[in-house]
Amino acid sequence: MVLKRRIRLFKAGLWILGCTPLAWVFHRFFFGDGLGVNPVAEAQLWGGLTSLTFLLATLSITPLRRLTGWNDLQKGRRLAGLFAFFYVTLHFSIWIGLDQFFAWRYILEDIAERPYIMVGFTAFVLLIPVAMTSTKGWIRHLGKRWVTLHRLVYVSSLLGIVHFFWITKADDRWPTVALMVWAALMSIRAAWWLKSRTHPARARGIKKGLSGTPERA
Amino acid sequence: MLIRKRRLGEGDIPSSEITPYELYLDRRRFLAQSATLAGVAALAPSVLFATEAQEDERTPYEDITHYNNYYEFGTGKEDPAKYSGDFVPRPWVVAVEGECSNPGTFALDDFLKGHEIVEPVYRMRCVEAWSMVIPWRGVRLRDVILRAQPTGSAKFVEMTTVLRPAQMPGQRRRILPWPYVEGLRLDEAMNELTVLATGIYGKDLLNQNGAPLRLVTPWKYGFKGVKSIVKMRFTSDMPENTWQVMAPNEYGFYANVNPGADHPRWSQARERRIGEFRRRPTLMFNGYGEQVAHMYRGMDLTKWY
Repeated sequence: MVLKRRIRLFKAGLWILGCTPLAWVFHRFFFGDGLGVNPVAEAQLWGGLTSLTFLLATLSITPLRRLTGWNDLQKGRRLAGLFAFFYVTLHFSIWIGLDQFFAWRYILEDIAERPYIMVGFTAFVLLIPVAMTSTKGWIRHLGKRWVTLHRLVYVSSLLGIVHFFWITKADDRWPTVALMVWAALMSIRAAWWLKSRTHPARARGIKKGLSGTPERA
Repeated sequence: MLIRKRRLGEGDIPSSEITPYELYLDRRRFLAQSATLAGVAALAPSVLFATEAQEDERTPYEDITHYNNYYEFGTGKEDPAKYSGDFVPRPWVVAVEGECSNPGTFALDDFLKGHEIVEPVYRMRCVEAWSMVIPWRGVRLRDVILRAQPTGSAKFVEMTTVLRPAQMPGQRRRILPWPYVEGLRLDEAMNELTVLATGIYGKDLLNQNGAPLRLVTPWKYGFKGVKSIVKMRFTSDMPENTWQVMAPNEYGFYANVNPGADHPRWSQARERRIGEFRRRPTLMFNGYGEQVAHMYRGMDLTKWY
């Protein structure tokens, strides 16, 4: 019983954390500086940064769990991932609806001709099947293929970072930080994967339930 | 806890001193109307200009001073307003060098003395596809150049921003190869539109806008407008401007506003006017073709971007 309550608290915390950027941007818009001099550009930047942050946070859950042994972390992975998807969708919608104002001719031209938009758009599209198959039913239905499908997040987040680099004019600090975080998270996975090939049993983890399979709670 | 940050410059100028935008419009309207009433034929062009300018609503002072690309003070749009407080724009000295008969080092007041003060209202189109309408105050670059007396071999003029890492936090990191350098072909520099600005809305330039002296070329992308100028050098070779050095396939020397020549990474066909929601089409030469197009006759402007 105590354990269940702790998980419920953890998830409630995640919900609050996940809604905070949205609440913050609304607060800024209505009660703060109105998102500054160029609100559309600011909203777009906010959406992009928030989604990339959530995506990287989601990717860090499994490594963190394995490093700390705090297994309950895994119970928040789906929620974190869905928040990432929510913010990517918002980022995309702001571009279509606010920035371009449904000027489809320009939107299609941009997707086809601007590499940074093409890459960003691909990153978004890759996440759609991942988000759709995050339900218990799909997890059961897809079995082992579910894990493979959800590795699309690795690719999508990298494309998101490339998109970030390509929109930046000169100051590469933040895209570089994002890339370093991504590389670190991927290196840990690569190291574990190599280890699992040489010592399958040991790399699986000492405690029960540490395999890469998704949460079932 | 939410703490509203005090914007730099907010305390320096009492808001009562900033000309309200409506008042500005009224003055123009008054001028235009009295000119019409007088029926003086010579004033007709200025009446036309006033009418045309009113279609371009002036961007509020607050926006012009809090949305800047001035990487010497940081790469965020509000960084220049936030981090330019330590910059000391006076006293100021400008060096005139190179292929000219009247070189020297001049205190800013002497440098400007005797030149007619002009107050043009120009559209400013940033290469990032946003734009503003700014009422400048300054002198024509042409007047400054005539006093310097460039020699026959002078074909270009190069202008350089001050290098002061102690006062300009952005210069402590090598985001760009400092100091910032820009240049114009001599005929572009001599064009009637080209201005060395010292003020906006009738007030001295704030640090974030390039105090105390900056270039304004309204038919070119904003990055041509080199700020806090300390050096003017006449050359026979085309100067290498900073952004061109940084990314030659993305930024050229001419940088004329051209909706048909896209930046390799994004479209230049449309722009968002600050304060407006919908994008508007970008005009060739930012709408100043009548005054500048003749300088580029016969040039392939997609090649010479």
